[in-house]
Order: sequence, then C-alpha cells, then structure tokens
Amino acid sequence: MKLAFDIALRFLKSSKGQTALIVLGIAIGVSVQIFIGSLITGLQKSLVDKTVGSAPQITVSAKEDGDYILDSQTEIKAIKAANPAEITNLVAVTQGPAILKTTDQSTTVILRGFAWDDAQGIYKIADRVVKGELGTNKNEVIIGKDLSENLNVKIDDTIEMITPTGKTGEFLVTGFFDLQVKSLNESWILTNDGTAQTFLETGEGVSQIEMQVKDVFAAGEVAMAVEKRLNNDNLVVTNWKEENAALLSGLSGQTASSLMIQVFVLISVVLGIASVLAISVVQKSRQIGILKAMGMHNPIASLVFLFQGFLLGILGAFVGIGLGIGLSWSFATFVTNPDGSSLVPFYIDWYFIGISAGIAVAASTLAALIPAIRVSQLDPMEVIKNG
Amino acid sequence: MDNFVVEVKGVSKVYGKAIKTVALHELDLGFTTGSFNAIIGESGSGKSTLLNIIGTLDRPTKGEVIINGVSIRNMSKRRLADLRNETLGFVFQFHYLLPEFTALENVLMPYRIANGKADKESQKRAKQILNLVGLEKVEKNLATNMSGGQQQRTAIARALMNQPKIMLADEPTGNLDSQTTDSIYQLFRKINQELGTTFIIITHDRRVAEKADRIVEILDGRISLDIVK
Ligand SMILES: Nc1ncnc2c1ncn2[C@@H]1O[C@H](COP(=O)(O)OP(=O)(O)OP(=O)(O)O)[C@@H](O)[C@H]1O
Ligand SMILES: [Mg+2]
Repeated sequence: MKLAFDIALRFLKSSKGQTALIVLGIAIGVSVQIFIGSLITGLQKSLVDKTVGSAPQITVSAKEDGDYILDSQTEIKAIKAANPAEITNLVAVTQGPAILKTTDQSTTVILRGFAWDDAQGIYKIADRVVKGELGTNKNEVIIGKDLSENLNVKIDDTIEMITPTGKTGEFLVTGFFDLQVKSLNESWILTNDGTAQTFLETGEGVSQIEMQVKDVFAAGEVAMAVEKRLNNDNLVVTNWKEENAALLSGLSGQTASSLMIQVFVLISVVLGIASVLAISVVQKSRQIGILKAMGMHNPIASLVFLFQGFLLGILGAFVGIGLGIGLSWSFATFVTNPDGSSLVPFYIDWYFIGISAGIAVAASTLAALIPAIRVSQLDPMEVIKNG
Repeated sequence: MDNFVVEVKGVSKVYGKAIKTVALHELDLGFTTGSFNAIIGESGSGKSTLLNIIGTLDRPTKGEVIINGVSIRNMSKRRLADLRNETLGFVFQFHYLLPEFTALENVLMPYRIANGKADKESQKRAKQILNLVGLEKVEKNLATNMSGGQQQRTAIARALMNQPKIMLADEPTGNLDSQTTDSIYQLFRKINQELGTTFIIITHDRRVAEKADRIVEILDGRISLDIVK
C-alpha cells in the first residue's frame, strides 16, 4: 500500500506539467459545480427568503371566515407539540376589518393585534418601527408609514375606528411602522393583543395562529403534522407552499437544470482523467514492467494508478473549491444591483461543497480504474524484450 | 543426482504462429548451488530467451523449469512474483532503472516490494551495496542523472539487494570499460564465495567467461559446448 502510494506520488511529481493539467481540469470542473451550485442555492434562498422570510409559513385559522379560535392556549400547546424541532416564531393574531375615520377622510383597514414579544419572531416588529414606539397600553396602536402620509396622521394623534358591527373606539397613535410592502403599510394597523381582543369582542379567542419553520421547504410536512395533532374540523392549516406553487415549480426547474449541468461537468471530468491516465499507463509501462519483473504483485501495480487518480482528485478538488468559492465571491461582489447590493447574495453551502469534492475524488479514482486494469494485464516480458 | 538450484528439462521455445522461429530446442541444463556460470553464444542464438525462461518472466513452449527443487509450471502469477522477488536477482541487457527515483531508492525497490517500508537496516544495506559498486557519491542522483555505466552498476546493486540465491545477468557489463568490468566481476565472485549465490551470466566477453567455473555455449537454440573447470 505504502509503496504503491509512494510510487503514485513520484509518478505525479515527475511529470509536473501533465499533473498540473489534469488537476486544473478537475479543479475547473469542481469550481463550475460549486459556482453554479452556490449561485442557484443562493438565488433560491434569497428568493424564498424575500417571499416568506418575514411572513407566516404555516397558518392555523378557523374554517369559517370571521370565526375565532376560542381556546387558543390549548391549540397553541398542541401545535407546538406537533413538531417542536421545526416550529418557531409562533404568534397568535387577533384581527378584523375596520373603517378608520379622521376628520376629513375614512379608509378600510385591518386591525391586527398580537403580543408584541411574540410578533418579534415573524415580523421583527420592533425593528420595523420607523418613528415613535410600540403601543403597550390599552388602545394604543401603530400605523403604517404610508397610511400616516395618506391620512396625514401624526404621532400622539387620536384616530377613530368602526367595526363592521358598528362598534366605535378611539385609539392613540404611538408609532409608525414600515413592513416594506406598500399594501401592508397602507392597510394594517397593529396593536397589542388586549386592545384587539376587546375592540373586536373576541374574548380569549384569536383569529389565527401563525408560525415559521426552521426548514422552509419542510413547511408542508410540518403543516400536516400540525393538522393531525389539532384533530379539529373547525380549524384549517395552510402553508406557504400551497400558496406559492408557481414559485416552487420555478425553483425545482432551476434545481433540475443545475443538476444537469453538474452531471455533464462530472462526465467531462471523468473522461478527461481516464484518458490522461490511460496515456500515462503507456508512458509508464516500462516502469511497471520492471516493477513486476522484480516481483511486484498485479493488484499493487493497479493500486499505483488508482492512487494517482485519487491524489489527482484530492488535489483537483482542493484547488476547485478555492476557485469555486473565489468565483462565487467575485460574482456576489462585482455583479450588483443598481443600488450596490449583490444581485445574488454570496452563499457557501459547505455540505454541497463537500459532496461536490467527494464526487470529484470518487470519480477520479473510478476513472483510474480502466488504466489500473490495463496495468494488471501488462506482461513484464514485453518491456524486457523491447528495451 | 546433482544438487541443482536451477534446472531446465526439455525446454523448447517457439516464437510466432504463422512463421515459427525456434529459439530453444529441447534444452536440458542444470546449475548447481553456489556455482559461477557463463553462457556464451552468437547473437540470436537464444541466450536471453533461456535466461528469461529461467527467470520465470517467460514461459517455455515445452518442457519444465525447476527452481529450488520445485517446478514452476503450476505456480500462480503471485507465487512467481514472490519467487522472483525473494530468490532471483536480475540484471538485464538494458539497465531498466526507474527514472523517477534516485539510485538509492532504485536499489531499495526490491526490498520495498517485499516489505513495503524501507527500515534503517535495509537502508544501511542498500548504501553498503552502492559502496561496493562504487556509487556512494551518486546515491542521491536520479537514475537519469547518471552515466550509462553508473546506471548499470545501480541495476547490479538493485539485483543484490534482497540477497537472492540466484543472480541472472544478461550482459551486465556490456557497455562498461574494462577496468569497471573487472571490478564488477571481482564483486560478483566475492558475493558468490561469501554468500554462496549462484551466478548465471550471459557474456560476449571471452575474458570474462574464462574466469567462470563453467562455460555453456548456445548455438541455434542448442547447447554446443559445456565446459566445467
Ligand atoms: N518476441 C519474439 N518474436 C519472435 N522471435 C523472437 C522473439 N524474441 C526473440 N526471438 C528470436 O529468438 C532468437 C533468440 O533470441 P535471443 O534474444 O534469445 O538471442 P540472444 O542470444 O540473446 O542474442 P543477443 O546476443 O543479440 O542478445 C532470435 O532468432 C530472435 O530473433
Ligand atoms: Mg540477448
């Protein structure tokens, strides 16, 4: 083993140019794989993140529109127990439509109430407040910055809302938020859970329970588990994947095409290594013949070439990882949107890189198999005879 | 019966299928343990063919080769390889060093084929043998960075490395000057006497042949002369 390895290493060292060429070939293959892989993954991550990163990914609500989840504490316990590892950022929302009236205007809004601390998870609400502060007292609300501009409302102003059932209430505006979605900024009014529950007359009930999951793509399965656990015909569980089918099919199409590219890159790398090593068998047949004449066993002689493939694979993978990361980084750094942010964020998936490198090493070793078999068939007599 | 370390019985070698070249004609020949033998003969008479068959590198078309009292006919490739590594030392007509390795590494190669790693002791022995053939100064040189004679002497040192029972040499001094040739033969003789190694040497050099214990002349694949001193 050791001898085969040493000879393999020496063969590679003695023809540096050739070795460098194969290593470069493998490295380019690996780097293209890593580059395309991380580009696609980065793209998908940022797309998914933009779409559902600060939105609920699973929502539990009453089946009938306008109904409430009455025993919310029990349901929340059941939801959490369905998959404690995946479910995060759970928040109970009490919401309902209302008409907002100022002295000279009125507009339809949605009043949403939740415990500010819980809402921090999905909505990062504390960070979204652009002016003023969260209203923690009874009848204090924050409104969207676009709504404040439309209605010319200032902080510490009092606004009046009317529910569809005709109940009216007055609320103190303590702050403006910016959720970076204009329609939400124009229509949402956020408040603490107590205020919403009292004004909308839901008692202890809430409108819906929202949550996120650690692995966004597992939302479907988690939602199913939640549904099973709740076992309540009056509740419905939805997840973001149902509502974003078009996005998802786009993503899977992307994944499939990147997989195709990677497979072809892999094939060309394997062919390259196999052909260069095949030439190298011819070049080294004299040495192999001598070694066999001195008593080297056939499997060891084959091993010399397998080790060459393996070493080339390792070297190529390392150089390729460096190149690939460099390439991804430059792409993220130099290919930017007009505002200077990267078009596709720099994203390193070590798991993917590990697999890519592992495949390169395995493929290189495998590519050495054909030359290795040829070596074991070489008769030392041919070499001794022909000088 | 004589105590043969190598024996060929009725060995024939025929090359080619359509046009048959008979290189050896039913040869019977035995070499006793510890003897020092020279094989002479014209070019193309079949000397190398015979030596390669004795060395288990080539198979006879007919007949039997017996080494150390065991016929090699039914041995697996693996056993033949071990036999070559442990029992036989080769010096070929052309030197056949590994150009990627230094002189010292080349000498160590037969040892490493058997044992994997070269320990201190084997390194020491390799250096001693290189001393014996007068190459201590170039032991770190790559095989390609040595003169033809130095390469040939390295090949001789390599053949001696595993202290083989039998040394097979095909014109080992073919391209060496007469002084080096003399010192190589003195070395062979010394090893022959001290370790009891059997030598079978093909040579064109009459002077060399005359110093052997026995001279076998091959002519057209047959033994034409067999002188034991
Ligand atoms: N592979 C081969 N195919 C056909 N004929 C061969 C082959 N090898 C050797 N011969 C023939 O066998 C005969 C013996 O060859 P061999 O190499 O044994 O001669 P030799 O005595 O060693 O000659 P030299 O002194 O020139 O080395 C020659 O006639 C040669 O042409
Ligand atoms: Mg010859």
